[in-house]
Amino acid sequence: MTPAGAGTARENGAGKTAPATDGPILRIDDLVVELPGPHGTRTRVVDGVSFDVPRATTVGLIGESGSGKTMTAHAVLGLPPEGATLSGRLLWHGEDLLAADPARRRAVRGREIAMIFQDPLAALNPTQRIARQIGEVPRRDRLPRAEVNRRVVELLDRVGVPEPERRMRAYPHELSGGLRQRAMIAMALAGSPALLLADEPTTALDVTVQSRILRLLADIQAADGLAMLLVSHDLRVVSHVGERVVVMYAGRVCERGPARDVLRRPAHPYTAALVRSVPAVRTRTALADPLPGAPATPANRPAGCAFHPRCPMARARCRAEVPEVREVAPGRWSACHFAEEVPGS
Amino acid sequence: MSASERTLLDVRDLRVSYGGRRGARAAVDGVSLSVAPEETLGLVGESGSGKTTVARCVAGLLRPGAGTVTFEGRPLGRAGRRPPELQRAVQMVFQDPRSSLNPRMTVASIIAEVWRTHPVTAPEGDRTEALHRLLADMGLDPEVAARRAGDLSGGQCQRVSIARALAVRPRLLVCDEAVSALDVSVQAQILRLLVDLRGRHRLAMLFISHDLGVVHQIADRVAVMHRGLIVEEGRTGEVLTAPRHAYTRALLDAALDLDDPVPEDGTADGRAVV
Ligand SMILES: Nc1ncnc2c1ncn2[C@@H]1O[C@H](COP(=O)(O)OP(=O)(O)OP(=O)(O)O)[C@@H](O)[C@H]1O
Ligand SMILES: Nc1ncnc2c1ncn2[C@@H]1O[C@H](COP(=O)(O)OP(=O)(O)O)[C@@H](O)[C@H]1O
Ligand code: SF4
Ligand SMILES: [Mg+2]
Ligand SMILES: [Mg+2]
Repeated sequence: MTPAGAGTARENGAGKTAPATDGPILRIDDLVVELPGPHGTRTRVVDGVSFDVPRATTVGLIGESGSGKTMTAHAVLGLPPEGATLSGRLLWHGEDLLAADPARRRAVRGREIAMIFQDPLAALNPTQRIARQIGEVPRRDRLPRAEVNRRVVELLDRVGVPEPERRMRAYPHELSGGLRQRAMIAMALAGSPALLLADEPTTALDVTVQSRILRLLADIQAADGLAMLLVSHDLRVVSHVGERVVVMYAGRVCERGPARDVLRRPAHPYTAALVRSVPAVRTRTALADPLPGAPATPANRPAGCAFHPRCPMARARCRAEVPEVREVAPGRWSACHFAEEVPGS
Repeated sequence: MSASERTLLDVRDLRVSYGGRRGARAAVDGVSLSVAPEETLGLVGESGSGKTTVARCVAGLLRPGAGTVTFEGRPLGRAGRRPPELQRAVQMVFQDPRSSLNPRMTVASIIAEVWRTHPVTAPEGDRTEALHRLLADMGLDPEVAARRAGDLSGGQCQRVSIARALAVRPRLLVCDEAVSALDVSVQAQILRLLVDLRGRHRLAMLFISHDLGVVHQIADRVAVMHRGLIVEEGRTGEVLTAPRHAYTRALLDAALDLDDPVPEDGTADGRAVV
């Protein structure tokens, strides 16, 4: 990783957390992530993303598949893919993590900021028993072995894994999807983080386990004052557990605001299209009409508003001018030139 | 028409245990189900209820302890031992796309490989163009063809594995949470394609999903699995609007709709069901 921000780094003090009492716990400010593309090109997969995560708050991050949600979360965690360049600022309690030295970033990762990954099978080591993986942080703290084990059992118990003494000896593939996800949450909690990044934590889980896991996360959040960035394609989940929501399209933020408000009365045509596509559970809904045109990819992002080839409201200005994210109503931000005209907004 | 003529896939009294001698535990404990040509059977049930295990038996990746799996009356053995015709006819999309795609291979070579294995399904004429069409059907940009699977987002991987399965024009598609990691708009696009293939190519599906809304949209019949058993089965509309089994009701109660009030959650005590 080459944080482009490093060159312009401001004074970083002793690299300690600034004890900011108010203000968001995390402020993402104009984050840009570029990855090596084919033939020596560079692809901007995250293009000027800004939003805040207030303390003890859940922010939902939704958006099109491939729009940069995971990349944004990995950038915050300090684990972008190889060859990535990052710029902008990631203000953690006011301290810019992109400008911080690698030792400081490592100290934050897995402790102050922890992550639950999109794909627990890929994120967990298949050759290690889960006790070993959950115990990694306590072991780094050089706790005696018995103490580490006690801590592992306690963590597994806390996340609702039955018979933790027995389960801790399991390998990841021996656990059901729900238990595996719980084990990963235990691993994330091992460092007592202040911010949890959760990437599709319930994607492959059935609704009963999903509601229990979401409940568990909410309980932990209430008890520990944890902030959470919840990446989810599931608008239903976000509207139920997120206080705020950020919607991404083609590497940019297209809308953000209070979750239920945004999902009830979207102020961006892409959000509106998403909301229309959510199937009902108790009645048979027709399959949503697909969006016209081709999906945008960061490699060939349309000029102007990236959504314009698919937008029913697009007009000339949209093809020429990139819309700013602007406040269209108190607390409501939209990157649409014509946000006020979105039906139902 | 006799029952067997109406049946494409037939699973009879399937039993699977994991764990070997000591802690052998039945993950699937006597499951029977069948899928007719052009039919979509939804398989729902909580995590750990055995859905993936059933799917792996149908795909021939797991040998059941007991029971039979047949396709048009012919036994479906282990994946590697199936005649090419059967191999091609039954395709599976896995729950965890990353582990089923070689991260170092490009998307183009992943698809080229299945066309090489099943030359009868390889497009005549320009393969690049056919590949781009296939990707476009999945809502993927042609640019994705040159990328390595390991460099794709979760949802892009998932779509590549659907594309790989459809590239050989299967007659039965086993989807294990195949659209779960996609945003609803891309999800709807792919579901439309599957519904369209059902009509055009008589594609049948065993569609495993935890998303009852999606199952309601596309399944003809639904089977509800609980602890290795099918506890309820019937026409989708009936099962999901007037469930008979308490477990199905619990499943429906836990499902969220976009406009539901925030659940008070009297049931969830934070413990996993085992
Ligand atoms: N290692 C990589 N190298 C190159 N490009 C990558 C790499 N990882 C991801 N990308 C690309 O970056 C973009 C953003 O990916 P990201 O994983 O953040 O998407 P996402 O919003 O999380 O999507 P999904 O909902 O499908 O998980 C995608 O176009 C993806 O193909
Ligand atoms: N490879 C395995 N080894 C041991 N147990 C397993 C393995 N795969 C699955 N199981 C167990 O079998 C049960 C059924 O799992 P699975 O078929 O994956 O359920 P589902 O797909 O419905 O979530 C679960 O209890 C799970 O923990
Ligand atoms: S700016 Fe134009 S193209 Fe973009 S969302 Fe708004 S109306 Fe549609
Ligand atoms: Mg992702
Ligand atoms: Mg499964």
